[in-house]
Amino acid sequence: MAREIMSEIKRDHVHKLLAKGKRVDNRAWDEFRPISIQTGFAENAEGSARVKLGNTDVLVGVKMTVGEPFADTPDRGVLSTNAELIPLASPTFESGPPDENSIELARVCDRGIRESQMVDLEKLCIEKGKEVWIMFVDMYVLDYDGNLFDAAFLGAVSALRSTMVPAKAEGKGEDFPLPIRHMPISVTSVQIENSILVDPTLDEEKVAAARLTVTTDENGDLRAMQKGLTGALTLEQIYKIVETSQRLGNDLRKMIG
Amino acid sequence: MGGTSNVKLIDDNGIRVDGRTLDELRPIKIEAGVLKRADGSAYVEFGKNKVLAAVYGPRECHPRHMQDPSKAIVQCKYNMIAFSVNDRKRPGPDRRSVEISKIISEALEYVVFTENFPRTSIDVYIEVLQANAGTRCAGLTAASVALADAGIPMKDLVPAVAVGKVNDQVVLDLQKEEDNFGQADLPIAMIPRTGEVLLMQMDGHMTMDEFDRAIELGVGACKKIYDLQKDALQRRYSVEQPVGEEPEEPAPAPQTEG
Repeated sequence: MAREIMSEIKRDHVHKLLAKGKRVDNRAWDEFRPISIQTGFAENAEGSARVKLGNTDVLVGVKMTVGEPFADTPDRGVLSTNAELIPLASPTFESGPPDENSIELARVCDRGIRESQMVDLEKLCIEKGKEVWIMFVDMYVLDYDGNLFDAAFLGAVSALRSTMVPAKAEGKGEDFPLPIRHMPISVTSVQIENSILVDPTLDEEKVAAARLTVTTDENGDLRAMQKGLTGALTLEQIYKIVETSQRLGNDLRKMIG
Repeated sequence: MGGTSNVKLIDDNGIRVDGRTLDELRPIKIEAGVLKRADGSAYVEFGKNKVLAAVYGPRECHPRHMQDPSKAIVQCKYNMIAFSVNDRKRPGPDRRSVEISKIISEALEYVVFTENFPRTSIDVYIEVLQANAGTRCAGLTAASVALADAGIPMKDLVPAVAVGKVNDQVVLDLQKEEDNFGQADLPIAMIPRTGEVLLMQMDGHMTMDEFDRAIELGVGACKKIYDLQKDALQRRYSVEQPVGEEPEEPAPAPQTEG
């Protein structure tokens, strides 16, 4: 991915507003952009969701097939998560094999789904050691205006919640909804100078020094975290971000029901 | 994280499978300047982990489009050798190593005075020779010593350690069995002098109280590892005094005649 370039004048603008406690789009520091989630967008997928987070637009689909389990988890279904930063979404995205940015995005989302035990993988076992359901979660960024982590994760969670396992087509009985146990939500914040901003826009991301994504479950317990970018965070800032993520996670969970 | 395992890894006295207490690090060995060709290098053992790090640069940046006219970039490549783990690892980068390389590069870039070397690349190679959980932390610990060994101006060294949760208890510096059957893993890198966190990840399941305890253990351990890093550099660069030799007597002034 080519580097994101930002003009000095825009950079100064973000900093000057922040000095007055304001954001580029007038949001509060702990306020998400408007969120819309449309499930069932892709009818050929077993589950799908198109998520808009402000101008950021992500489409996530779930496909399922029958396959062999991993040797070390013979009685569990398989989860495979992939993210594509396609050139349609940004002048800085290039076609070709996944780069480090799309790999990080996919792996952070994967851990959020896996470590929260969102999907009951044991119920996706057909015959121990021989046949299990394999879930492919594919995330496509369609328009990039910052905070891909939360948009993609919200998309993945929504798509999985809407997934019907295509048992009939595979000759494995009646179709059934994917067994969902938990409802993880990720909240990403960035640090710019001494400010913490939730759900950064692209302009804010370009100015940010450090980023922290915190995935919590419905009990407020931590399920996954990932710090990114080349800046440092103090412990005080980390606690502020973690607590904010728990609070906003609950709000988002209520919103999407 | 398996998360559901009933394997007992801590006995009733709070002693772990390798005999450590909950808040005890594995034996750590750090050596600076272990390779000849590299501009800087370090070898680190965290228990059974064996990791080598080498630094080349600042040197011309490849690929060229990655050049930054205002500063150097730090490009780290973390790699596990084929026989570093039980099942042979297919050589070459995989998704895990690409992600680890990225977050280590980011952590190191913070401490290097990159603005001193515009347009260049500082290349850091981490090779895991033997893995036993916690290799990214051992690798980052080694890499920052290697950068210092290369004489690259830095704000500070970067110690790193993983804290985890095993049998519902928060424990320091997971080894392999604990990592395989553990309930959470939280690698952290921090500059003890300033309290700045440069790397943090978490996966598994932790309550807020467990997170507090994990941070407490991680911060304490980073201080200890930091001292070992400094000690390794001091050993490498101390000027050796010849042992048992008296300082030479100044030669008597030549007699001048007349």
